[in-house]
Amino acid sequence: MNLRFLLNCLLLLLVPAISSASPKQDIAIRGGTVHTMAKQADGSWAEPIQNGVVLIRDGKISAVGTDASVEIPDGTRVIEAAVVTPGLIDSRSVVGLAGWLNYDHDQDQLERSAPMQPELDARDAYNVREPLIKWVRSLGVTTLHTGHAPGQLISGQTFIVKTRGDNVDQAVLKPDGMVVCTLGSSGFGNDGKSPGTRAKQMAMLRQEFIKAQTYLDKLAAAETDEEKDPPARDLRKEVLAKVLNRELPLMITAHGSVDIQNVLRLQQELGIRVVLEGASECYDFIEELKQQNISVIIHPTMMRASGKGKNASMETAAKLVAAGIQVAMGSGYESYVPKTRVVLWEAAIACAYGCSFADALGLITASSAELLGISDRVGSLEVGKDGDIALYDGDPFEYTTHCIGTIIEGVVVSDQTR
Amino acid sequence: MFSESDAWRRGRAITQLLILSIIGSTSSLLADSTAYIGALVMPVSGPAIEDGVLVVRDGKIESVGARSDVVIPSGATQIDCSGKTIIPGLICTHSHIGMGGGGDGSDPIQPECWTLDSINVRAASFERARAGGLTLVNQMPGSGHLISGRTTYLKLRRGGKIDDLLIKDADGWPMGGLKMANGTNSQRSAPFPGTRAKSASLVREAYIKAQEYQAKIEKAVDDPDKMPERDLRLEALVEALEGKRIVHHHTHRHDDILTVLRLRDEFGFQVVLHHVSDAWKVADEIAAAGAPCSIIVIDSPGGKLEARDIRMENGVVLENAGVNVSFHTDDWITDSRLFLRSAALGVRAGMSRAGALRALTLSGAEMLGLDERTGSLEPGKDADFAILDGDPFSVYTQVQETWVEGVQVFDRSNPEHLLFAVGGRGAGDDQTFQCCGERGGN
Repeated sequence: MNLRFLLNCLLLLLVPAISSASPKQDIAIRGGTVHTMAKQADGSWAEPIQNGVVLIRDGKISAVGTDASVEIPDGTRVIEAAVVTPGLIDSRSVVGLAGWLNYDHDQDQLERSAPMQPELDARDAYNVREPLIKWVRSLGVTTLHTGHAPGQLISGQTFIVKTRGDNVDQAVLKPDGMVVCTLGSSGFGNDGKSPGTRAKQMAMLRQEFIKAQTYLDKLAAAETDEEKDPPARDLRKEVLAKVLNRELPLMITAHGSVDIQNVLRLQQELGIRVVLEGASECYDFIEELKQQNISVIIHPTMMRASGKGKNASMETAAKLVAAGIQVAMGSGYESYVPKTRVVLWEAAIACAYGCSFADALGLITASSAELLGISDRVGSLEVGKDGDIALYDGDPFEYTTHCIGTIIEGVVVSDQTR
Repeated sequence: MFSESDAWRRGRAITQLLILSIIGSTSSLLADSTAYIGALVMPVSGPAIEDGVLVVRDGKIESVGARSDVVIPSGATQIDCSGKTIIPGLICTHSHIGMGGGGDGSDPIQPECWTLDSINVRAASFERARAGGLTLVNQMPGSGHLISGRTTYLKLRRGGKIDDLLIKDADGWPMGGLKMANGTNSQRSAPFPGTRAKSASLVREAYIKAQEYQAKIEKAVDDPDKMPERDLRLEALVEALEGKRIVHHHTHRHDDILTVLRLRDEFGFQVVLHHVSDAWKVADEIAAAGAPCSIIVIDSPGGKLEARDIRMENGVVLENAGVNVSFHTDDWITDSRLFLRSAALGVRAGMSRAGALRALTLSGAEMLGLDERTGSLEPGKDADFAILDGDPFSVYTQVQETWVEGVQVFDRSNPEHLLFAVGGRGAGDDQTFQCCGERGGN
């Protein structure tokens, strides 16, 4: 026992030395199959590279190709894996805000004091040391679009992080994500407060956006007319003004048929960028979604088939992909056990239910990056992009395959076999 | 106005009625045997059989073996299953399909309540369970009580009323266990316990009363006048004391697990430990006690304080310690359609494939005291099985057919069944949902 204790102490002493040295180190990943998730000129997925190499220098990918074509410089740390994919992206999570213990003190994903609080900034609530971050990271997830949960008409904002860092600033990839809106009964007010009906929800949203438009108009008037004072700063209106200006998308969680129709109507009325999230019954509105250029973040294939998700389908991802709609997979919000889904296993089911392997993997890599507007940084293994990588000992989607390592910007952040 | 598919459905329903009436008029057909030929047969009770044959007669398994060893009865209906895998029907030792409940908020101890009285067997969740290859479930009341009621063992026969699915004992009495719980779920404001010690204490008091009741009944054997008035609450506990009713005990934390074992030793009831999040911490103690474990696999640890330390390795740790392990869905915590996935993730974490398949089938039957009649593919057992199109632990494998006692209850090629397997418009509606003739129930 004592010997083991001493060994552990020694290891603890060694770990900081290794991790502080590793960022500077070049890494070469040698993979039996490397799914780059790059796209060819015609928009189709590039074929995976057999016996491929990905070289990472200063945190960025500096070369990708077959082992015959990429020269690994002397002294480079080489990591080998049967299968290599880009680091996974969870396109809609609440991890970091909704803690794993699920007790009041670790639940920061939903403020219930008012139905519309778009001013709530997810950065102020993100717990970078939340154990679920480590958990999903050990299963290949390197990027999270996370933030306020569905459950109020407008519950706040989201942002995008890498699953690393000792403080929120080190984690941030994109400080502003989307504004979170919920339609349907799960967005009703607490204790009989408004909104208590769907019509009231829509009326309240319309009124709030009218106020934001007035605010914008006053700002514009003050710009052109020196005699007019700008309106007093209003954080809430500032955020909604960004939605009206199409700077921020409104991410609307809606599942049922009536609620999805309300999403379509709201988008038409306001002309804003809308991302439909959850979307259990969106298979009935594929033409409309396509026409209105609405992207969809689907809640897990394993969404519980009850309540608002009772008509969810495991084939929704495949149907949306086939229709050419921009679609990604998010772990969504879970209120109980398990506190978070793992997008790798969700995409796996999409693959078993009609998606091609590449399309399914795209849901949690390249397509997700495009939807979130971060494809210049992550989502595929291409020169110049971040060195974010997930490693496996077999087909990533097989339940019995293990994720054997996760790398963020050239740093091994997980080397557990899970 | 009917849409095309509605008209089609009505047509189909009429066809089915015709078929049913034909079968009904020539019941001798049912006595004939059916041979499922050419599959990889995994009997669980023995090694897998390549190019195997399963012969079923009168709802029972007549023979199982390699094609070269099995005599296919003349006149048997022959079903080509080459390329398929046949496994015993999956057994979920802990399910909430049909949303049956037990006791109400009046008392932490309500063994008089019975899920039997509250299960909706027409719920869509039953259809999803059949689509997942399940043939038997232990339908449990919740964990919000120390003793929340009697559980019900159900065969997933196709039927519109609870009686169609019940399993009866030799006396014709519906079979089930007794649900107990400790830890935080059953702690709340009075009359419920507020601490762990109080929880155990209340359980002790209840079982002591049951022992006294039991003693009175025994004494009254010679003097019927001394027979105590029937007490449903104590009756169920006496059944547990006598080993006639297995205790299915919700428990998570390591110390709570040991408390269950302590109470078991004090009163002598037969117990299956359920969930057992901290099992890996006390696996040796569980093994020494000889207590079987019905475990759950969830996607991430936590969701509540007691499940903080749950590990996917629980399966392998218990297996290595020599504990009998089964998996459960706890549906709706996990989806019955993906029950195979629970065991696959157990394999991912190190469990043997044979052990994981046993944990979905025979081990579950043992924990419900039903292994004499189901859980493996052996002659004389009920013909409860699932036909898969591949490796049971692959994400790409789908359950093609589910059979209960020789009757097909799920057929992936039937669009009405497929809807429940995949989901989509109408999949969340119960079997009996009827509006404007849209869909006929049973």
